[in-house]
Amino acid sequence: MDEILEILSKDARISAGEIAKLTGKTEDFVKKAVKKYEKNGIIVKYKTIINHDLVNTTGSFVRALIEVNITPQKDVGFDSIAERIYSFPEVTSCYLLSGAYDLLLVVEGENIHTVANFVASKLSPMENVRGTTTHFLLKKYKEDGQIFKKQPGGKRLNISY
Amino acid sequence: MTMEISKKVEQLAPSGIRAFFDLVLGMKDVISLGVGEPDFVTPWHIREKAIFSLEEGFTSYTSNKGMLELRRQIAHFLGHRYGMTYDPEEEILVTVGVSEGLDLAMRAILNPGDKVLIPEPSYVSYRPVVELAGGTPVILTTTLENGFKLTPSQIEKACHKGVKAMMINYPCNPTGASYTKEELQAIARAAQRHNLFVISDEVYDELTYDFPHTPLASLRGMKDHVLYFNGFSKAYAMTGFRIGWVCGPAKVVAAMTKIHQYTMLCAPITGQMAAEEALKNGFKSVQEMKKEYNRRRRYIVGALNEIGLDCHMPQGAFYVFPSIGRTGETSMAFAQNLLKKKKVALVPGGAFGAAGEGYVRISYASSYENLKEAVGRIKDYLKR
Repeated sequence: MDEILEILSKDARISAGEIAKLTGKTEDFVKKAVKKYEKNGIIVKYKTIINHDLVNTTGSFVRALIEVNITPQKDVGFDSIAERIYSFPEVTSCYLLSGAYDLLLVVEGENIHTVANFVASKLSPMENVRGTTTHFLLKKYKEDGQIFKKQPGGKRLNISY
Repeated sequence: MTMEISKKVEQLAPSGIRAFFDLVLGMKDVISLGVGEPDFVTPWHIREKAIFSLEEGFTSYTSNKGMLELRRQIAHFLGHRYGMTYDPEEEILVTVGVSEGLDLAMRAILNPGDKVLIPEPSYVSYRPVVELAGGTPVILTTTLENGFKLTPSQIEKACHKGVKAMMINYPCNPTGASYTKEELQAIARAAQRHNLFVISDEVYDELTYDFPHTPLASLRGMKDHVLYFNGFSKAYAMTGFRIGWVCGPAKVVAAMTKIHQYTMLCAPITGQMAAEEALKNGFKSVQEMKKEYNRRRRYIVGALNEIGLDCHMPQGAFYVFPSIGRTGETSMAFAQNLLKKKKVALVPGGAFGAAGEGYVRISYASSYENLKEAVGRIKDYLKR
């Protein structure tokens, strides 16, 4: 991966000037490169990873992984049915997999009932959906390379040869 | 009865810097750029292997020379990485870090009064290990003008009667200086001409940024002249495991093993197990860490020059060695004042020999955020 992308993938808020200092390129060069990545869709979006367990919200928040078995359609295979499914805003991620089932969805809702309702009233009745298995997420340990448990730091002595 | 300390030990240069170190260690909320070890924790697959080996019950002594399997891995690695051939049975010894290896080497080769060339600024143990072994250090001063590199003519000039060996460390702690293949060839010729034994500490080899690292022992005709030292501490962030190795002529390695077996017996088995895993599967982690260090290197050199501390671009390790000449302070005064007033710790250059006076060692084995904050504080300090 390009070094600029690598740096941004770890810290999306770092400025072009700082990236320039870290890579030995000019600020102008970095700005242009980032623009290009944004334009051709290599950089899709800048997001924040939030640990929802620590957010004080009035409503709660649940997340489920849902395995979906599908009958593929003539000519379009899985793509068209996948599109029908991922267009629901409740579906935050959608993957086509090899193996025992076809689609893996990440679905978010305020509580178990909202998610269950989505599965019962929207997902399962779809014509090409042959079956679903819903797994509710109990705890998030690590996401996108980020470990959520606070890492103990500073085990080194403050000075040494 | 009062117990008297040996004259030799009493006369060892007292580390005047010890008091400064104690001051740093006793202070809270210090941003430290004074650390001589990686800020990464050992990669998980290596730690996991160490834990697993304990669970499996590997808690015994190993062969004095280190586990044969590890020595084979080292031989394989050196062949693959640098095209060097060492016999794992006779020419490789696993040590408790490079530090132990250096001490063994001096005791194995020196007779009283033998002279050893030591470039300075240098790692703090070089001079003491020569003195403890009864040798006489001959200091070669490297300067900013030469990028803190030893020149062949310096070696030629210093090679009077009685000079038996020379030490070299590249990439260098504390200056970060390293040598290209051509520069090393010139040094190798000088060493061969004067039949010097070369003690080459290459523990930072994987952290070389601008050109490929070349081991001195890999140069034509040098294998018999060189004791090649390396270890796991810096490349694999394994300082606490205390595992290093030395390769050299069988006769010298056998002599070193003799001392090692009486004093150390063997390197700890858990560390050796972890080291084997590092060589087998650790290369990717090394490259990741190197990339990160290189970014910080570019940042810190640029930032220090920007705030007015002259800083040359080092080719390796994770240190920069800027001049503090414009402050008019000694390196110790600078370090103490910066610590007291701005709570930034670094190591005074004087700790690395007289040639280091007027400079400070800054370690960029620290997070980018820390480096930025520290540079800001140094800037404030300079403004006063």
